[in-house]
Amino acid sequence: MERVLLDYGSGGKASHRLIGELFLKYLGNAYLNRLDDAALLDIHGPISVSTDTFTVDPIFFPGGDIGALAVHGTVNDVAMLGARPRFLTCGFIIEEGLPMADLERIVASMGQAARDAGVMVVTGDTKVVPKGMVDKIFINTTGIGEVFVPKPPSGHRAAPGDAILVNGFIGDHGLAILAQREGLTFDAPVCSDCASLNHLIARLLEAIPEVHVLRDPTRGGLATTLNEIAGQSQVECRIFEDRIPVRPEVSGGCSFLGLDPLYLANEGKFLCILPEQYAQQALEIMRSDPLGHHAACIGIVGQDHPGKVVLQTPLGGTRLMDMLEGEQLPRIC
Amino acid sequence: MSLLDSFKDPHLCQAVLERIHAELHGELRFMEVCGTHTVSIFRSGVRSLLPENVVHLSGPGCPVCVTHDSEVALFLELAGKNAIIATFGDLMRVPGPEKRTLKTAQAEGARVRIVYSPFEAIKLAQDNPNDKVVFLGVGFETTAPAIAATLKTAREEGVHNFSVLSFHKLVPPALHALAADPELQVQAFLLPGHVSAIIGVEPYRFLAQQHGIPAVVAGFEPLDILQALHLFVTMRNKGQAEVINAYTRVVADAGNTKAMAMLNEVFMPADALWRGIGLIPGSGLVLRPEYAAHDAMQVFDLTLRDVPQIKGCQCGDVLKGKISPDQCVLFGKACTPAAPVGPCMVSTEGSCAAYFKYRV
Repeated sequence: MERVLLDYGSGGKASHRLIGELFLKYLGNAYLNRLDDAALLDIHGPISVSTDTFTVDPIFFPGGDIGALAVHGTVNDVAMLGARPRFLTCGFIIEEGLPMADLERIVASMGQAARDAGVMVVTGDTKVVPKGMVDKIFINTTGIGEVFVPKPPSGHRAAPGDAILVNGFIGDHGLAILAQREGLTFDAPVCSDCASLNHLIARLLEAIPEVHVLRDPTRGGLATTLNEIAGQSQVECRIFEDRIPVRPEVSGGCSFLGLDPLYLANEGKFLCILPEQYAQQALEIMRSDPLGHHAACIGIVGQDHPGKVVLQTPLGGTRLMDMLEGEQLPRIC
Repeated sequence: MSLLDSFKDPHLCQAVLERIHAELHGELRFMEVCGTHTVSIFRSGVRSLLPENVVHLSGPGCPVCVTHDSEVALFLELAGKNAIIATFGDLMRVPGPEKRTLKTAQAEGARVRIVYSPFEAIKLAQDNPNDKVVFLGVGFETTAPAIAATLKTAREEGVHNFSVLSFHKLVPPALHALAADPELQVQAFLLPGHVSAIIGVEPYRFLAQQHGIPAVVAGFEPLDILQALHLFVTMRNKGQAEVINAYTRVVADAGNTKAMAMLNEVFMPADALWRGIGLIPGSGLVLRPEYAAHDAMQVFDLTLRDVPQIKGCQCGDVLKGKISPDQCVLFGKACTPAAPVGPCMVSTEGSCAAYFKYRV
């Protein structure tokens, strides 16, 4: 089996072969193919920039892989500011000995994800480190997009009276990764929701530029993201538990493992907070898109408990939905 | 509506709540002794809907919370002994002396693996034949039988590098200690569904017979809990105190005799230390002498040592229902989930953590 050797990160002929035969093959475009020290870009107006480093175990999981994730994750972050993502940079740190076929699968998947999202990888870097120095492969991507709304959405703009929408089922990605990592099998397999949201976001903002907040609830899940927004805007987010879309297999898996889907990562979801009068229109736009069929209005913004997220339970009781302290750990009993 | 969904049905719950409201005279102070009940009562919103004269107290029902400082000190000692530690996840953050935890030990290089089942720990031992693998046996009667079965398997299959550090705790002796406490402010016990599925109902009879305290074995859905509360009200109004099994869809009165036989084959009762409470006679489980080769206390020649008490921490009073979490001077200030001082703030099922996390 062919494996990635330290030579491939040397900058010498092996590195060049890797670039030519692998990276350009799957990611090539007019910017990247020039292979200069930097990419010369043509960008207009205010830009949205975001960077993220992706480490995930396992690197291949139901519904995606680290390569697709590295594209979707950054594309989504850039889009949340009301921007059209255009360019990505990409840095790989690869563990010596990674099967070449795995690397090829990952890069091919990045190429497909980038084409789907309509972005180009314009510059990149590869390092190969001795075995054990990283776990298989780490990928950093930075994204740049052109902001196309006059007043970009921001976590600081949630206002009392706003509606809180989400574009579908939450918790899928977190549970899919955990199940795969731990070798757990469920009756109904759970797939990651990993997807680029920029096209749906663009349609939404073109129709409703009045959107106040867009944010993707990745690490820490829905609960953490809502707490961030409540804190930044100094408002209360009041969420109705029975309106949160959760697949039965995800809630089942979570209850078995002692986890809470509200804190599981998502990679193809976004929260949209906007004045209540636009909520129905926004839901219709979301539901007309494959990435938003199960969109729902899950709550409202209020001012009773600034900085807090209050959950109204199906019984009509209320409780806090706090941020997690650290990672979610399965319980004893 | 599925059977399980009906136990969450808002209309049924509301109807039971109204009956409690109408029929309860005076104050009802009830205590649950199960972390799953603690979390369910808060998470479902039941707590926010209870009439003002129903007072909810969380007892020593979270296995992590009752794990004693001296025991955590031994976990950390083991972590430094070049053994692979296998543990359920929620022990990772429990602070021992000098606020060290298994998480900090792991960051310093200790090999700590989170497992979902004790059988995974046997696999770990088989995959690492040159290392000693220790499973941290913490929990109540619910988890002890599975760990007993693991030990039996290890012994039968000759997995010599596998051992268990058993700090299991038993619920009935703790209830004995609580009920005998003259300062106890509890009028009724909500008994743990999971533990009861193993031990049955008999071990609780003394609560009603000796102490006149009514008790109900209940499930974990909102309706289960509210029905149990209504049973307390009904018993009080009739002037009765009984131990009732209201979780018959899971709990047989005789318990799970096979699981109990497995537990008794491998473990025997011993005195145990409970965090915040102290020594309770006969409230722990240690390995029987036949299992000495798999007893981490003996394999690693460990001894429980006194460690200094945590200053200012009133977890003991919280676990006994003498004060509510927010009456502790440290609560929410020096003691938060980010920097827990006492055991009740550490675990996700701890009463202080639940109070901090869920109360609006």
